[in-house]
Amino acid sequence: MTEKTLRKGNEALAEGAIRAGARFFAGYPITPQNEVPEYMSAYMAEAGGAFVQAESEVAAINMVYGAASTGTRSMTSSSSPGISLKQEGITYLASADLPCLIVNVMRGGPGLGSISGSQGDYFQATRGGGNGDYHVIVLAPNSVEELGNFPKLGFELAEKYRMPCMILADGILGQMMESMSFHFDPIDPNKLGKFDWAVDIHKNGRKKNNVFSYKGDNLIADVVERAKRYGYIEKTEARWEEREAENCDVLLVAYGLSSRACLEAVNKAKEEGLKVGLFRPITLWPFPSKRLAELAAKAKAVLSVEQSLGQLVQDIKLAVNGKTPVYLNAYPAGGQPDGHSILTAVHSILNGGREGLFDLQEHAGDFAYECKRDTSLGMQGDLKGGK
Amino acid sequence: MYQGIRIAGFGGQGVISAGILLAQAGVEDKKNASWLPSYGPEMRGGTANCSVVISDGEVYTPIVSAPDTVIIMNEPSLPKFEPLLKKGGLMIINSSLINSRPTRTDITVVCVPCNKIAEELGMDRIANLVALGAFIKQTGAVTLQSVEHAMKKVYKRAKPEMLELNKKALQAGYDAVK
Amino acid sequence: MTIIAKKPASLTDLPMHYCPGCGHGIVHRLMGETFDELKIADRVIGVAPVGCAVFADSYFACDMVQGAHGRGPAIATGIKRSKPEAIVFSYQGDGDLASIGMAEIVHAAVRSENITVIFINNAIYGMTGGQMAPTTLVGQVATTAPKGRDPKLQGWPINMCEMLAQITGAKYLERVAVDSPQHVMQAKKAIKKAFENQVNGVGFSMVEVLSQCPTNWYASVPQALEFVRTKMMPQYPLGVFKDEGGK
Repeated sequence: MTEKTLRKGNEALAEGAIRAGARFFAGYPITPQNEVPEYMSAYMAEAGGAFVQAESEVAAINMVYGAASTGTRSMTSSSSPGISLKQEGITYLASADLPCLIVNVMRGGPGLGSISGSQGDYFQATRGGGNGDYHVIVLAPNSVEELGNFPKLGFELAEKYRMPCMILADGILGQMMESMSFHFDPIDPNKLGKFDWAVDIHKNGRKKNNVFSYKGDNLIADVVERAKRYGYIEKTEARWEEREAENCDVLLVAYGLSSRACLEAVNKAKEEGLKVGLFRPITLWPFPSKRLAELAAKAKAVLSVEQSLGQLVQDIKLAVNGKTPVYLNAYPAGGQPDGHSILTAVHSILNGGREGLFDLQEHAGDFAYECKRDTSLGMQGDLKGGK
Repeated sequence: MYQGIRIAGFGGQGVISAGILLAQAGVEDKKNASWLPSYGPEMRGGTANCSVVISDGEVYTPIVSAPDTVIIMNEPSLPKFEPLLKKGGLMIINSSLINSRPTRTDITVVCVPCNKIAEELGMDRIANLVALGAFIKQTGAVTLQSVEHAMKKVYKRAKPEMLELNKKALQAGYDAVK
Repeated sequence: MTIIAKKPASLTDLPMHYCPGCGHGIVHRLMGETFDELKIADRVIGVAPVGCAVFADSYFACDMVQGAHGRGPAIATGIKRSKPEAIVFSYQGDGDLASIGMAEIVHAAVRSENITVIFINNAIYGMTGGQMAPTTLVGQVATTAPKGRDPKLQGWPINMCEMLAQITGAKYLERVAVDSPQHVMQAKKAIKKAFENQVNGVGFSMVEVLSQCPTNWYASVPQALEFVRTKMMPQYPLGVFKDEGGK
């Protein structure tokens, strides 16, 4: 373990990736991840790798597809709308069983949204925004230190299971500076050995290697075979962190930066004599459902604290399976939780209040719409509904 | 110890770099520290601000929504950050550029003529360090020595004479608080 | 028994799926011969497109990558930058290269990626069943232009060699055809040069091949060859549009 230094999240990530042996990076400018390609443009060549500023997000992910085909530790980074564009490449990478690292430094959405830090891309990351039955491994760091150390874990998981791995961070994590250290010595990728599946120069007359995404008649077998791999990963690779999570009354569930605001709430609650715990999924796919179910069974309530509007809460509900009430404390589209706002929601749960809790069914009652259309042509009138 | 600080002023007043310096000083003191700038379109012209946390334990969120201290370097930042300050919190005001005073009575206000002191030292640009010196005297969140160590890391390309001037500004701000 | 002709070693033994009279098989063979002659077979990594040539990964004996529609030049960029000593080609059709992949081909040329692009122009989307391509001729009937391409609605055909010639990074651009033995021989020369350029580090090289598609043109093979000569060549003149190979 090296001495702690102050680093910006995006730069820690970029440096961590180079240390982890990344030797190909392609990206496109978008806030709030610009420091990643900027850092790569300055240091990747020095490390013996290649940096390409691509003409688009689509081109960038496809450059990664090409580089990953050669067995090179390859990566791209972007932010939410850019990750939407990369979905084509991601589903092809999954289909061609190629390992790579994709970083999403999330911002507010949908659409161009805003540049504020957000967690609005949970579904996109965990459900797969591209076509077909596939998953990517999703790692959710909650500190600059994890941001710097997860690229190594990401590449290792991606290569072990031959699939893309995504680091899902958010704008604040990328932009903040924090004291951190790297937990590993720089890796020389030339010493890692070659993959038997990679395309390469082959002077020794080995059998030809094909990397392909079109499976034709073999598609069913291909997808089923991959699903077995996914099942194994769900069983063995789930990662999480627990704080006061055993025997609490209210179990908070949060990932990324919002988990740190939760920690503040856990400590404040303790001062008030309340038993509040925290369960932080570190892998969002595979979601640590089994352990969450065990802990939820002992709690009176579970509260999803998310910077999105009802996304994480779905995986929590699937894990808890109706055995404990699950509530939602949401900060969508760039909203930021703090200990106080989370504690308000906890109080509401314990005292039967509503403040800080978001209930879609309840909000449906507030919905009303009215849409006026120019009726001068004698067309049928206005559209009205709701309340 | 858990100190949440917001530093605010015009772009170019060095509020962003003062924040980095403070966070780095926290690291020099073997504390946990975080720094977060306001970023994006709000960086273009107008006011800039950053959040700094220095803590003996874990840093929760780096967004300081209820600061223990605000350092206000220009007039527009005063009404913006006054309401956020915690009850009993500290407000350092750059009285060279700010005529208004906070209306709240539940906070400690320290006025330091940062630009005036900086100009007397021969460089207007180091007013941010004067403010930082005042903050250190008032809170003891970090030591002057640790900020001086931090300067060498944050201002890597600074000439020795510039570092000397920076130290003087820091000390002058420190001494300006009675 | 004496062997007087044989398949290039750089092609596999798999029978090709291309329709009778199609130009793809001819171009594959010319490429295979080139790899053999330049003795680069063990260094070649190819990128197969989406389109009729999606199975090209099985026909070339070298390592192959098949990627997304239009992204060949980006994929080839990733391969070449990771393995600079490899000889990398992207094999693309006209819908792939001149429509959905326009950004990728233009910017690969802008960066002057040291890759070789083989561009098959048959003025139609072949695999999907004869839809209008950006290269479809004015008046040419396609399944999405049932009354023929009308410039008022669908604009005019795009000439890729002429367009890319404006880009400094494009170093070698030639348009050839495979409608006659003479033209096939010229095509071979062009393809060989495009790969030699890469060996010599010249930069972005592309050969556009006018190719017949009897199936989607609803034509017999002789009719299709005639269509290439009388209809396509006036719109897409053969020749060298840029050659900075020696510079």
